[in-house]
This record gives sequence, C-alpha cells and structure tokens, in this order.
Amino acid sequence: MTKIIDEKKYLEQSDAVRDRFTRLKQRPVTLEVQSLTKKFQTPKGEVTALNNVNFKVHRREFVCVIGPSGCGKSTLIRILAGLEQPSAGQMLLNGNSVSGPGPDRGMVFQGYTLFPWLSVKRNVMFGLIESGHSRSQAEEQAMQWIDLVGLSKFAESYPHQLSGGMKQRVAIARALANQPKILLMDEPFGALDPQTRCKMQGHLMEIWQNIDITVLFITHDLDEAIYLADRILVLKAHPGEVQEVIEVPVPQPRHPDQLLSEEFLATKAHLEALIHPEETGDDVSAEKIKMVRMVHVNDEVPSVF
Amino acid sequence: MHSSYGLSVRTPMNARASKWVTALSFLLPLAIWAAFSYLPFLWHPMMEITEPGSVGYFKEGMMIERDVFEQQKSEAALEDRALPEGIRANPIYLPAPHEVVRALYTSFTTEPQRRSESWLHESLWQSIQVIFWGFFLSSLIGVPLGILAGTYDFFSRLFEPFIEFFRYLPAPAFGALAVAILGIYHAPKIAIIFIGTFFQQVLVIANTTRKLDRSLLEAAQTLGARNKSLVFKVVVPGVLPDLYRDMRILLGWAWTYLIVAELIGTSSGITWFITQQARYKNFENVFAAIIIIGIIGLSVDLLLALLGRRLFPWKKSEAGH
Repeated sequence: MTKIIDEKKYLEQSDAVRDRFTRLKQRPVTLEVQSLTKKFQTPKGEVTALNNVNFKVHRREFVCVIGPSGCGKSTLIRILAGLEQPSAGQMLLNGNSVSGPGPDRGMVFQGYTLFPWLSVKRNVMFGLIESGHSRSQAEEQAMQWIDLVGLSKFAESYPHQLSGGMKQRVAIARALANQPKILLMDEPFGALDPQTRCKMQGHLMEIWQNIDITVLFITHDLDEAIYLADRILVLKAHPGEVQEVIEVPVPQPRHPDQLLSEEFLATKAHLEALIHPEETGDDVSAEKIKMVRMVHVNDEVPSVF
Repeated sequence: MHSSYGLSVRTPMNARASKWVTALSFLLPLAIWAAFSYLPFLWHPMMEITEPGSVGYFKEGMMIERDVFEQQKSEAALEDRALPEGIRANPIYLPAPHEVVRALYTSFTTEPQRRSESWLHESLWQSIQVIFWGFFLSSLIGVPLGILAGTYDFFSRLFEPFIEFFRYLPAPAFGALAVAILGIYHAPKIAIIFIGTFFQQVLVIANTTRKLDRSLLEAAQTLGARNKSLVFKVVVPGVLPDLYRDMRILLGWAWTYLIVAELIGTSSGITWFITQQARYKNFENVFAAIIIIGIIGLSVDLLLALLGRRLFPWKKSEAGH
C-alpha cells in the first residue's frame, strides 16, 4: 500500500452512517445468541470450539462473521442452523428459543448441495412442498424465486448442467422460497472464481435490499465481509470467542468503487491487524527461509529481472 | 508415451483407438485359442491315427498320446513292420474355434439323448428363471434392509453384525438343508441364489447408502424435511444411481452361484446341460454353452448400463461404464 492507512479511522462514521446504525439498532432483534458454548470430545481431550459467544442480529441486517481458521465460525453457523447441538447457551429467533434444523432458518452451503436428481424448479419447490404447499402453489411460488435470481430460462435444467454461480443462485432461491426469518450463508462464494464471486456479491445485495431477509454470512475474505456487511462479527481462535463487533463505516448502498475508499481501507487494515497478528507459526517471510540460488550463472535465463 | 495410446497414467484414450483396443480384448484370447488349435507345431500333444499300420490296437480315428505313438512307430520300424501313420491333434477337450462356432448353432438343435434331459433352450430358460427369482426375492428384502441399515445407526447395529457373520458361511453349504426344507425342484436352487446374494447385498447397499453426501441431508433438514421425507425424498433418490450400479455387480455374482445351485436336488438348467455334454464328450457343446452364459451375462449388463444412463442422466460416469 502506498498510502499509509490509519486503521483507527474505521471508528469514524459519517453522519449518515451513524444515523443509519442508530436506526438499525432500534429495529426488532431477529436473532439473539446467548452465551453459546460448544465443546468437542477428541482423543486428545476436550476442545472448546466456541466459548461464551453473545451477539444480536437486527431485522434486515446483514452481518458477516469472520475469523482465522479454527475460530469455529463454521461450527457457529451449523449450530444456528440446528445441524449441531450447543454444549451450553441458547439462540432466540424473534424472541423464541429454537433448536434443531427448521425452515425458519434458511441455509446456503459452500458446496451448493442442490439435489442432483431434481430440476432447478423441483429443487426450489422442495421446501415449499415440505411445508405443506400444494404442488401448484409450490410451483407458482418457486417460479417467482427462480425469476428473482434470474434463472427462469433454466427452470427445467438439472444442477449438473449449470455453472457454479448459477448453482449457488438456485441454492439461494431454494433457501429463500421457505421465507425464512434469517438466511445463514456458510462461505457461499468460496468455491467461485473471482469474477463470478464479484457478480454474486452484487446480486446478493440486490436481493437483500428488495426482500425482507436478515443475513448472517460467513467468509474468510476480508474484502467480501466489508463490502457486504452492516456489521462484522470478528471471532478469534482457540477458543472461539467474539473479539470485536465492527460497524462498517462504508455508506450504504454499496458500490464496487468504495473498495478503495478511505473508510474501506481503514476497516480492512483494522481487520488484518485483528486476524493476522504479526507473529504466527506459518509466516513465510524471506528472513525465516534461507534462499539458495539454484540457477546456474551461465544459464540462458540467469535472472528473472 | 503419447497420451492417445492410453499409456499415460489416468489419461483417457481417444475414441477410435479405444474401440480398437476393446475389440482387441476379445480378439487377443481368440487369436491365442486359434493359434493353439490350427498351428500343429504348437502344443498338440496327441496323435490322431490315420493308418494303424501293423500296431494291433491302433484304429483309424483313434487318439493316442504322441510319445506312445512314437514308441510304437519305432518298434514297428525296428521289426520292419508296416508303419502306423497319424496327424498331430489336440485333446478332445480343446475343440477348435470353428467347431465351437458350429456348436453354437447345433447345440440348440441337438436332441436330448434321454427322455429326462432337456434341450439347450429349455435348460437356459430354467437357469434364467432360477436366477431371476433368487435375485428378485433377495432384492425385495435386501434393498430395503440395506437402505435402512445405511440410514439409521440403530438398524446398522441390529442387522450388520449377524449378516457379516452369515456371509462367510458358503451358500453351497446350505444345499442339503435347502433340499430337505424346500424339496428337490426349483425352490432349493432359488434359495441358494438367495443366500448367495442376500447377505452381500444388504452390506453393499448399506455401505452405498452411507456414502450419500451428508450435506444433502443437512440441506434437506434446513428446508424442513423430517424423518420419512428425508428417507424417501433424499436418501432413496440420492443413492439410486449407485444402488443400481451395485445391483448390476450383484447380479453378476448371482450367476456364479447358479453353477452350485443347479447341482442340488434334481439337476437341471445350463449347468446340467454342460455336465451331460461333457459326459458325452461333446466338448464343443460345453464350450458353446459356456460362451452363451457369457453372452447373456454381458448383454444383460450392457443393457442395464444403457438403461442406467437413461435413468440417471446426472450421474453419467457412475451409472454407465
């Protein structure tokens, strides 16, 4: 970076942004996590994956969860989805305690997880039929959601005929079709190439702006987190605990131009400092690894310069 | 090595070359067989007598081992008697390809030698029925049990240890028992096929079911699917292509149990046909019958593979070959 970024600047919010956060915090709480703890029994003894995690997500808020590997962010979202049981603590959805998986919490996985034997339309209809809609109702609603993600032309296609980005759009439509109170997304764009990823981020934000949905989004990509989130929940590893909740100072609605704005870079610098502290074991730096020249001086191409 | 020859690790061959190699896989054994049959200097350990000469017990058309023939010939030469003559021949149990090809037709037209015996097509039909019923009944119970054991830990622990034990008991060992309980006709044979297939089937299908991508089940749960619909709307359709492939392999095993099954109770079917023809020394019929089993097996498998590609287009690589 050429310009020196003052990472403390991430705390400075413009009036519009501060005003928005004030209003955001007055909205009803959709998801409340109370002293959530998860311990695993391993042959080497007990491991605490999550330790006393507390946070709130307000209605129609977009929250990203970020943290170093091993911080338990996947465990957290799996517990929220009901796919794993917490060792202690609870989660409240609109004030009611929930446990076990259910259609009130939609989930989008990194690995798409579309049913390969069903067409796009039937994939989206799956949850609707499970929740008791008639076939014709389900079909009608499914088509609306497929339209929303721009795949009407592919309604009769099968997942193996679609690209990665399209598959993930179907997965989003499938999760939204149940009209969940919260959409849980576990590194949904992690397997996509950078260009598709960028398009999908824009697409997801458009969807989020236009329908009544609260999003909890896990990622390990700092840019993605800042670009998408209202607030970022930073976890630290061993044990997984909430390190900080960051209010992203970048104004909404977001635009790719903001990726180089001062607020954006300051937030990123702060996140980098939190997540990649100076000394870690797997640091590959020139001082630590002694390089030996292994190209002959008389080689046809003796130097890369 | 250039990749189109298919000799680089895990690189597919080009389509035309691979067709040739497939043809070669049949032509090569055929060529070896033909060489041993038609080239008199290769093997041919017998002499077929064309002229007995002065050797008392030689008769025209008789097969005699070559060293015995040579000994008799040299004795006759020493004593200045008429020399026996003969041509080198293979033993009767190795007919030449053209004889077997002819037998592929004639074995169907050869009348049974005794009243109790059947024509080849009748024997084949009996065998196919035994295989069908044995495999069908086994699948009727084995497939649901396998899926159940692969889905629920409870059923896995309830069924699998005993089945694991039982599958080591050789199916033919139950032959006498099957006859005592089920009589001497088709029933005990079907029972042997059943025993041979069923226990493997449950274990194989349970394993296949367990291999279903867990995240599909998790996705279905977050969409609101519960117990019954998880099993019937996710597990069953999810494992169907792999289950189908397992069934094709298991059907092949069922054929191997046929040979044992048909030897118990009243003998019948293709095995009995083969045994009888060998007794009459019609070895070309024996080979023809064996080849017919192969042709039926391979064509059923190819047909099922073709059907599999139609049924499960999303699993092209696995459902087909």
